[in-house]
Amino acid sequence: MRVALFLTCVNDTLYPDTGRAVVKLLTRLGVDVDFPMGQTCCGQAHYNTGYRQEAEPLARQFSDVFREYEAIVTPSGSCGAMVRELYPRMGERARAEGRGDTLARTLAPVVPKTYELTEFLVDVLGVTDVGAYYPHKVTYHPTCHGLRSLGLGERPRRLLQAVKGLELVELPGADECCGFGGTFAVKNADVSAAMGLDKVRNAESTGAEVLCAADNSCLMHLGGTMTRLRTDLRPVHIAEILASTEEEPLK
Amino acid sequence: MSGTYLGMPAFPKAAHEAVHNTTLRGNLRHATHTIRAKRANAVAEMSDWAELREAGKQIKDHTLRHLDRYLVRLEESVQAAGGTVHWAADADEANRIVTYLVKATGESEVVKVKSMATQEIGLNEALEAEGIAAYETDLAELIVQLGKDRPSHILVPAIHRNRGEIRDIFAREMSEWGRPAPEGLTDTPAELAEAARLHLREKFLRAKVGISGANFMVAETGTLVVVESEGNGRMCLTLPETLISVVGIEKIVPTWRDLEVFLQTLPRSSTAERMNPYTSTWTGTTDEDGPQTFHLVLIDNGRTDTLADEVGRQALRCIRCSACLNVCPVYERAGGHAYGSVYPGPIGAILSPQLRGTGSEIDSSLPYASSLCGACYEVCPVAIDIPEVLVHLRERVAQGGPVTERGDKVVLKPAKGHAAERAAMRAARWAFGHPGVLRTGQRLASRTRRFHPRTLPGPGRAWSASRDLPALPAEPFRDWWQRTNGGKETGK
Ligand code: SF4
Repeated sequence: MRVALFLTCVNDTLYPDTGRAVVKLLTRLGVDVDFPMGQTCCGQAHYNTGYRQEAEPLARQFSDVFREYEAIVTPSGSCGAMVRELYPRMGERARAEGRGDTLARTLAPVVPKTYELTEFLVDVLGVTDVGAYYPHKVTYHPTCHGLRSLGLGERPRRLLQAVKGLELVELPGADECCGFGGTFAVKNADVSAAMGLDKVRNAESTGAEVLCAADNSCLMHLGGTMTRLRTDLRPVHIAEILASTEEEPLK
Repeated sequence: MSGTYLGMPAFPKAAHEAVHNTTLRGNLRHATHTIRAKRANAVAEMSDWAELREAGKQIKDHTLRHLDRYLVRLEESVQAAGGTVHWAADADEANRIVTYLVKATGESEVVKVKSMATQEIGLNEALEAEGIAAYETDLAELIVQLGKDRPSHILVPAIHRNRGEIRDIFAREMSEWGRPAPEGLTDTPAELAEAARLHLREKFLRAKVGISGANFMVAETGTLVVVESEGNGRMCLTLPETLISVVGIEKIVPTWRDLEVFLQTLPRSSTAERMNPYTSTWTGTTDEDGPQTFHLVLIDNGRTDTLADEVGRQALRCIRCSACLNVCPVYERAGGHAYGSVYPGPIGAILSPQLRGTGSEIDSSLPYASSLCGACYEVCPVAIDIPEVLVHLRERVAQGGPVTERGDKVVLKPAKGHAAERAAMRAARWAFGHPGVLRTGQRLASRTRRFHPRTLPGPGRAWSASRDLPALPAEPFRDWWQRTNGGKETGK
C-alpha cells in the first residue's frame, strides 16, 4: 500500500522527530510511505482565525499534491479534522456564495482518504499491537479535534495499551481543552495559559513521566508550560512511542 | 441590547481580571464542574437523546424558516384568548411599550419573573428612570439585584457569588428594598432561602403588575410557557392583576406537541433534572382566575437580521439552557462578566455580536473568546454548531463582508486592529503556496537556531509570558527526507 505522509507545517518545521517516527512505524508495518515535497500547510490556522479566503488556495494546493494517493496519513488530529470536516464545509460555503461547485469538486477526492495516524493504524491496517516497546508511565490527553471532530475514541488508548512495558494511567479531566487553540493562545493568552496550567497539573497528579497526545500543537503549548514549571513530566507524541522498539528505543 | 455593558473593554482585557481573581475562579470552577457531571448523567439516562436533539433542531429550524407565518398565527391566537400583542423592533421601543403599559395601570411597582429578554433590553433600568421599581423574584436574580451587580450566567446569574458573599449582601441590602434580613443571618442555604422567601412574599402579595419572559410560545393556541425551579415565577404569573410578557420572536414553536421535545431536553441540559419542578403555561386571560389583563410584547432587537445570515442564524435555535456555559473551559476561567452581555459563554460569544453587530471593541473580540474545542457543540440540546458560527464571525471581523442591518443588506469593512494579522496571514499563505520559500525559511531558521529566543517580542509576548517556545530542530523534516531518501539511506 502506497500512502502519503501529510506531516503538517508545524511538525515539518518544529517536530521532525515525529515525522521520522511515523515513517519508521509505517515502514515497519509494511507500508510504502511517500512524502510529497509540494506539501505545506492545510490552511487550518488561516481558516480558524477568520481568513477563509487565504485558506482556500492552500486547500486546493493540498488536494493537488495528495489526490493521487491511496491514503493520506497525518500525525495531527486537528489538521486531519481540517481536511475531513472543514474542507467539505469550505466547498459548501463557496456554493452558497454563488461560486459554483468547483471548490467542492476539487477538494472532494482527498476528504475521505485522509486519516489521522491512530485511525489509519486501527481502521485501515487493522492493528492495535504495533510491536512497540516503551517502558514508561504514560498518561494520554485526547485533544479536542481528535476527540470531538474526528471521534478517535478509544483507538489511541488501545494502541498505547498494547505497547510493551508501557503503563497507561488515566488523566483526570482528559476531555477538557488544553487551551492551545491556535491563535487563541496568543489572542487570549491569560485564559489559554490558565487552561494549560490546569492540564499540566492534572497530568502531574497521575504520577506519569510522559504526557502523550496525537497533536504536537497541543504538546507544544503544554510542553512550554512544563518547562516553565520545571516539572519532570515531558510531552511525547504518540507516533514516537509507537515507533519505539526494544532494538531502537526512544530516548 | 442593554446599555449597561456599553463601553466594555475587549474580552482578553476583561478576562485578565477574572483569571487572576482566585475567589471567582474557585466559585466558577466548583459550580460548573458539579453541574457538568450531573448533566452528563441526566443525559446518559435517555437512550433517545440523539433523536431528541435532532428533533429539537428540526422543529426550531422549521419554525425559523416560517417565522413570519407562525408569528401571525401566534398573534391571532393570543388575541382570540383575550390578550393584546405589541411589536417592538428594538430595545427602546420595547421599553417604551412596557413603561406605558405599567403606567396605564397606575402602579409604580412590578414583580418580575426571571427573564433574559428583559435583561437584554435593560428593562429594569428603563422602568427605574420612569419612577417604577421592578423587583426580581428569582433567588439568584434577587442576589444580583440586591448586590447592584450584573448577572454572569444565564441560569444561575449569581454563580460568581459564594454563600458568604450572599449572606453579606442580604444583611446589608434587603432593608433598602423591603423586609430586612433576619437578625443574625448565617450562610447556611436554608437560612438564606428563608430570608429570601420572607422578603419576596411581601412583594408577591402587594404586586398588581407582573412582568415575565417566556421559554416558549405556542403558535396554535397562543400559550406561553415558563419553566423554573423555585415556584417564585408562578407566583408572579398568577397573583397580579396585569401580566406583561416580554419575549423574543424566536421563542415560538408551532404546536403543543412540539413542547414534548423541549420539556425533556431543557431541564436535563440546564439543571440536570429529569423534569423541571414548575412548568407554568398561560393562555390569554380567564374570568376571575389569574391576571385579568395580559399583554405580550414581542421583541426583534436584531433577531431578523440574525435570521438573514445563513450560517449565524442557527444561534436563534438556542433555548437558553446554559449547558454550553457549564462545559466551556474559557467561561470557567474568564467568568460571565468578561463577555459584556447578559448572554455570556459560548452562546453569548455568537449571539451578542449578531444581535448588536460587531462594531464595538467587546463585540469584535467575542468571536475569538474560544479555543474552538467543541465542547459547547457537543452538549447543545439543539445542536448549534457554535464553533462554526464563531469562525464565521471571525471572518466577518477580520475580512468584513455582507451583513443585514435593520433589514438592509450592507457590506462591512474589516474591523480595526486586524491589519498586521491580515498581512501576516497573507504572507504565510504566500510562503505556504510556494514550498521552496517555506523551505528556505525553515533552513534559515534552523541555521540560526542558536540565536532564537525562547520568548517572543510583540504580540507573541503574551504567549511566552507563561510558556517557553520549543527549541528549533537542527534540520526540518523535508531536508532529512531528501538527504536520506526517506530514511532509506544513511542516518536516521
Ligand atoms: S447554545 Fe445550546 S447549549 Fe448553549 S444555552 Fe443555547 S441551547 Fe443551551
